[in-house]
Amino acid sequence: MSNGVTPDDIALQGFRFARARLGDWLAEVGRTAMLMFETAGVSLQRLPAGRLVVQQMQAIGVQSLWLVIVVSLFTGAVAAVQAAYQFSSVVPLKYLSGVILRSVVIELGPVLTALVIGGRVGAALAAELGTMKVTEQIDALRAMGISPARYLVAPRVLAALLMLPVLTIYADAIAIFGGYVVAVGALDVPSPTYLQGLREFFRMKDLLSGLIKSVFFGNIIGVMGCYHGFQTEGGAEGVGRATTMAVVSSCVMILIVDYVLATVLFRILFA
Amino acid sequence: MIEIRGLAKRLGRRQVLDGLDLDVRKGETLVVLGPSGTGKSVLLKHIIGLMKPDAGSIRIDGEEIVGLGERALMPVRRRFGMLFQGAALLDSMTVGENVALAMQEHARGLGEAEVRTRVLERLDWVGLEDAVGLKPASLSGGMRKRAGLARALAMDPEYVLYDEPTTGLDPITADVINQLIRAMQQRLHVTSVVVTHDIQSAYAVADRIVLLYQGRVRYDGTAEETRRTDDAMMRQFIEGSSRGPIQPV
Repeated sequence: MSNGVTPDDIALQGFRFARARLGDWLAEVGRTAMLMFETAGVSLQRLPAGRLVVQQMQAIGVQSLWLVIVVSLFTGAVAAVQAAYQFSSVVPLKYLSGVILRSVVIELGPVLTALVIGGRVGAALAAELGTMKVTEQIDALRAMGISPARYLVAPRVLAALLMLPVLTIYADAIAIFGGYVVAVGALDVPSPTYLQGLREFFRMKDLLSGLIKSVFFGNIIGVMGCYHGFQTEGGAEGVGRATTMAVVSSCVMILIVDYVLATVLFRILFA
Repeated sequence: MIEIRGLAKRLGRRQVLDGLDLDVRKGETLVVLGPSGTGKSVLLKHIIGLMKPDAGSIRIDGEEIVGLGERALMPVRRRFGMLFQGAALLDSMTVGENVALAMQEHARGLGEAEVRTRVLERLDWVGLEDAVGLKPASLSGGMRKRAGLARALAMDPEYVLYDEPTTGLDPITADVINQLIRAMQQRLHVTSVVVTHDIQSAYAVADRIVLLYQGRVRYDGTAEETRRTDDAMMRQFIEGSSRGPIQPV
């Protein structure tokens, strides 16, 4: 070429760009992991104050309950409609409740609850800690010799990973109830048939795997919310960016970890 | 005594501190003056270990703190109290809880009644005993700074750092804060570093004044010497002129 730029140069530039991006991303992963391990370390050394944990359990768990109830009620209802449609006349409707039960308990309950809570709680954590960061409240804690990891992160992460399984149990039960309402009310499945299906298809390991997943999801939501809050810089705009990043990254992580755990749990542990 | 040698810090593309040397002597109130953006607050954050320098050394009573990890810094920080620019009160807590926080975290032998007595005593020093149950959001700027000062004094620090204590306050409230800084000085005999660009405040509280410009100390003198100085930079700063050796940014 006349200006001396060869395809090799372009390729090299592209490679450099990709390497820089990969580097940034790896650094981000490293910092997140460091925050997680630091938090675990300081909380093992001295447990976070029970009062702070309970406060966060209230904010993260109890106050999210209505959202979870509405979301799972309709999740169950949709599952019933969709399953009935896909069965058409091939599969008898007595299997309907079994399909709803297992898809809810294994997948829909834990994952949808985590995604919804990831949005609500992840954003709230990032906004709260981000505002504290830009108004120097986090520096003030450090200046007083108080570890922000122990005082702020540990109670939030602990509360999130304790409350997610609880919310998931609610979500499971309510989604199955939502399915029941649609199946019995609109699809003419007799009530005893639906209940019989539930009894027949219930597997303890399905429920356990869902709850194990929800503990991991709780950890992701807590850590990502706090991490992006701590990384906040530059006033209101920065808080907005941190909030978005917290929600996006926890939702993506939830789906990726869901796949990894599905493999580990069903192909190895419960195989 | 705080001894700072060759302290350097680059933030983005700006060399904020550029080989700064400074001593803070036991018991004195040192005022660090300088135009906005010359690294005054950055200097304070280095002294208390909130920021890590690119190069240089900071010794607190002979103990090197550059290179210490977060955990090793904790006991050092407990000897300090810091008043932040925006006071940085935890806004989820009342004024009283803010002042009590460090006591509850570090002096767990203290009973609830004892903590309460000490909190009220600190708030009484700054004239805020009536605000003990208020949230920071309902305080005025001056009250917030006073609450921040009460919190900084909660653990009987040996050193107190003030980041722009009078910035954003009306002159009368600013004088209240200056009087408080002076009063705490006489009552508690702490060593203080006050960062400000308010020359009136500097005269009111300082034993010694230094001028920071382009990352280094450019002037050093007692408050009395400073009033009469013919140092070109210091004069320009005192007179508040945009013409002179200090280039406005």
